[in-house]
Amino acid sequence: MNSIDKDLLAQVADLHSVPQGSYNIRKNGESVGRASDSDIEIVSKKDKQGIDIYVRKNVKNKSVHLPVIVTQSGFEDLVYNDFYIESGADVVIVAGCGIHNSGDKTSTHNGIHTFHLAKNAKIKYVEKHLGLGNGTGGKVLNPVTKIIMKEGSVCEMETVQLGGVTYSNRKTNAKLGKGAKLVIKEKILTTDKQEAKTEFKVELLGDGSSVEVVSRSVAKGESKQKFVSKIVGDAECFGHVECDGIVLDKAQVVSVPEIEAKNVDASLVHEAAIGKIAGEQLVKLMSLGLTKEEAEAKIIKGYLN
Amino acid sequence: MFQLKNVDYVVTDEKTGAKKEILKNLNLSFDKGKITVVTGHNGSGKSTLIKLLMGIEKPTNGQILFDDKDITDLAVNEMANLGISIAFQQPVRFKGLTVKDLLDIANERSTNISDACDFLSLVGLCAREYLDRELDNTLSGGEIKRIELALALAKGGEVFLFDEPEAGIDLWSFDDLIGIFKKLKDKTIIIVSHQKKILEIADKVLLMSNQGYQMGERDEILGNMSPSKCARLEVRDE
Ligand SMILES: Nc1ncnc2c1ncn2[C@@H]1O[C@H](COP(=O)(O)OP(=O)(O)O)[C@@H](O)[C@H]1O
Ligand SMILES: [Mg+2]
Repeated sequence: MNSIDKDLLAQVADLHSVPQGSYNIRKNGESVGRASDSDIEIVSKKDKQGIDIYVRKNVKNKSVHLPVIVTQSGFEDLVYNDFYIESGADVVIVAGCGIHNSGDKTSTHNGIHTFHLAKNAKIKYVEKHLGLGNGTGGKVLNPVTKIIMKEGSVCEMETVQLGGVTYSNRKTNAKLGKGAKLVIKEKILTTDKQEAKTEFKVELLGDGSSVEVVSRSVAKGESKQKFVSKIVGDAECFGHVECDGIVLDKAQVVSVPEIEAKNVDASLVHEAAIGKIAGEQLVKLMSLGLTKEEAEAKIIKGYLN
Repeated sequence: MFQLKNVDYVVTDEKTGAKKEILKNLNLSFDKGKITVVTGHNGSGKSTLIKLLMGIEKPTNGQILFDDKDITDLAVNEMANLGISIAFQQPVRFKGLTVKDLLDIANERSTNISDACDFLSLVGLCAREYLDRELDNTLSGGEIKRIELALALAKGGEVFLFDEPEAGIDLWSFDDLIGIFKKLKDKTIIIVSHQKKILEIADKVLLMSNQGYQMGERDEILGNMSPSKCARLEVRDE
């Protein structure tokens, strides 16, 4: 593992040494490190690229790290990861992908993740995306996440994309059973001519299920972002989507909300606010001594903290 | 000494091009070690004056001087670095920045090395409860006003501009607020207020109206005002 690999791993998965517990490190399409135990078992797929991850019944306070790095310019990676979280388990899953491209060909990672959460299973899923390297080739990430949630299960998903990714198209689909709870927090920063698209579709199918989506984005330069969310309430349920965007320079942000209630007891809310940094915020920080540029940076940093 | 010389402030409506004169020919000076209370009807230009003094709005005519130096064209942060501090009438909210973040920014630029927490207790807030709170709309109007005051104090300086500091602060005793102003007695203090208790600590009063302004010693300005005029000014006694 060279210094570029180490840097990518540190940034996308907070890994500074060999992680505790189970892990799988994928580099340019191959597994370059793995640990698996009886609590969290990792098994390679036989029919296609990818792994199956089994988190056994009632396993608690454990974590699994599954970082992916792509350092070969022009490489196109496609991987299927399936997670089976058995009942009563409560674990942290850290995934994420870093692309380092110093060449002129487009490097791509397509990660297809499916989560099966059994009754009362609980996960926190953290996914960071990053592009590094000053080649002219694209750094493209297209993550697909499917979440199937049984009764009483809880999923907290945090996705972060803070720069360097030239194009991303993120699709997240979830189906929630009775009393299931899904929280999605998304943070995206795009600059230059980057493009980022995110699409959420959440179906609330069981009584007492709930979803909360909080998306905060900053678009700079000539970058473009599109946020599409669809929440379907087909039970006595609660859904809340909050999409906040700061637009600077010549950037563009589009938010397309859709909420569909198929049940009189479904309560669904969508809030979207997109605009430039409020002048009063800049003035307040300048009155505390910051220059306009410093004030802008502070506001953005806090916003995406 | 903080001075305005022949200051006009005129705004132009972008659509109609119509001009509106908000402040006309202001000649004022604010002395070090004195509290000036600015009072007058809603819309008489008090907040506009405060914003001119902070460099947020620029006079369409005239000059602003600080210790005889022309500072009319300085940016807000340059004014801040000269030692001018402000607590706004309507504090702005921030998503993602905490009370501590803002106190750190304020404190960093000041010579005041006292702990950020002290400033919160000065305004009657318990630091432990508030430091990590985001300055977003989960804070009540009264809370955000107190934090705004704490920020101005944490930043410190030579000139303090307080725009209706008492608004929304009802639970907290007025005497504590007055205490804060008295503590700053060697500074230049300019407070916009209608409160009788605040007017009582004024050395000078600036009375603003749409017709013009009057500035002088407190008793000179308020002493000979008829009760009905006081009432019209909404001088509140609570
Ligand atoms: N940029 C502006 N454009 C138009 N009108 C303004 C502008 N700024 C202030 N005003 C007007 O100037 C008057 C004075 O406002 P302000 O200084 O806020 O009054 P006060 O603080 O005394 O209540 C008000 O009538 C207000 O509507
Ligand atoms: Mg005002």
